[in-house]
Amino acid sequence: MGMEKYRMNPDNGLEFGLYTLGDHLSNPHTNERISAQQRLNEMIEMARLADDAGIDLISVGESHQEYFTSQAHSIVLAAISQATKNIKISSSSTIISTSDPVRVFEDFATLDLLSNGRAEIVAGRASRVGLFDLLGYDLQDYEELFEEKFELLLKLNEEEIVNWEGEFRAPLKDAHILPRPKNGSLPIWRAVGGTTASAMKAAYQGVPMYQAMLGGTASVFKRPIDAYRMTLEDQGYDPKDFPVATAGFFYAADSTQQAQREYYPHINEGMKVTNGRGFPKQLFAQAAHKESVINIGSAQEIIEKILYQHEQFNHQRYIAQLDFGGVPFDKIMRNIELIGNDILPAVKKYTAKKD
Amino acid sequence: MNIVVLSGSTVGSKTRTAMDHTFQVIKENYPDEDVTLVDLADYELVFSDGRDYREYTGDTKEVAEILMEADAIIIGTPIFQASIPGSLKNVFDLLPQDGFRDKVASILVTAGSTRHYLIAETQLKPILNYMKAQVVQAFAFMDERDFYRKTIVNDDALFRIERLVEDTIVLARTYQDIRSAKEAEYGF
Repeated sequence: MGMEKYRMNPDNGLEFGLYTLGDHLSNPHTNERISAQQRLNEMIEMARLADDAGIDLISVGESHQEYFTSQAHSIVLAAISQATKNIKISSSSTIISTSDPVRVFEDFATLDLLSNGRAEIVAGRASRVGLFDLLGYDLQDYEELFEEKFELLLKLNEEEIVNWEGEFRAPLKDAHILPRPKNGSLPIWRAVGGTTASAMKAAYQGVPMYQAMLGGTASVFKRPIDAYRMTLEDQGYDPKDFPVATAGFFYAADSTQQAQREYYPHINEGMKVTNGRGFPKQLFAQAAHKESVINIGSAQEIIEKILYQHEQFNHQRYIAQLDFGGVPFDKIMRNIELIGNDILPAVKKYTAKKD
Repeated sequence: MNIVVLSGSTVGSKTRTAMDHTFQVIKENYPDEDVTLVDLADYELVFSDGRDYREYTGDTKEVAEILMEADAIIIGTPIFQASIPGSLKNVFDLLPQDGFRDKVASILVTAGSTRHYLIAETQLKPILNYMKAQVVQAFAFMDERDFYRKTIVNDDALFRIERLVEDTIVLARTYQDIRSAKEAEYGF
């Protein structure tokens, strides 16, 4: 079967994408914050530049709290679909727990038609849970809301006429689920928080996994990926049919130290606001090591890191977060330029199947 | 520096009495430091449900935020059923896993019996270490005989509190100096 179902061809080498949470934070170097409107426009412009640079994918996360502009992430993605031609369009992630899976599927199937078959969904459980109150859900149901609604989403993707009954949504009786995606179904991934248990849940459901990696070593993040593939086998699946993606901080500059100097204040100050505590400087200093999953440094250093991670994970996609915490647009442009000119060609060259 | 004196029980008087005195010692000996007394008996906290500490409301959010903003925390606890009280454990559960990173924490125990002497060592310190606190090695221990009608009647117990305060502030200042020197060395 292979990975065609997920529109992936590993022979072409590691896919390289960008992701944004749509955070709307001050630039700590200047203490200036652009308007929400400008931030949204810059996200779309970032997608357009990424498309021009040959980057494989752009994704936008859903967040419902202060200091974010991505509450309606599917609408942002729709705008991106009209500004781009080839780049895949995904979510990072869609909080299925607090949404109606039918509406989510309708949105993304529509997005798939509007983008000529470039849309995907990554479904997550939410790491910041303020949206449960906002949207009228009980945090006590955190796990069950996700599992039930995610499974319904998968069913809507497979079946056009749906009969379904569950606890958290009205039953569906011969419901006709439209529109259908361009090629019949959408690639749907499960977001994984970095623990083995979380990765194994993706394997039980037979869906590809998306692993978030905030900081730490590749060898640690290899464990959930290995557990995922082992569990797939135990469940009777073939791991060759299921792509694995990883996601993490990224910043290219002339040197590691320059990247640390420029990006650290964005991460630290941004996380203080969004997560309630900063990012330890000690951990960011360790990002200078090849074994760290924080992909910062010169283009050459980043290439070596990504190839090292590829050796460890044998993953099919990496997505980079380079705009967090009010990174100014000229730096975003510079990063995309370095990716397009130097990083992407080298990564593809070393990871694509040799003829 | 921002110091929090935390009285970890919602019932009884010995821990509060000891923490009141601790608060006074800081005020008198270190007038330039900011110090806040938090007695859990004055707050109504909900049980932790795993959410981000800033997403609680009311008293729960207030206590969590006071602790997260502290540079040093002196934790006062009674011993119930051979352990720390549930009210204090709940406060730890409300905070992030590494919520005490770069904070100094010290311990004052008030117990009904000296049989409980090692409880702080075997049960409270592991929690503080897990949460990445810089834990002051020596803790202060007091028992029933040190109190009479909401006052401390043993001079030695008063000396222990004075030493605990001094150890806490010395370690907090030293740690801040070491940490900022190290961070300057990183060069970013």
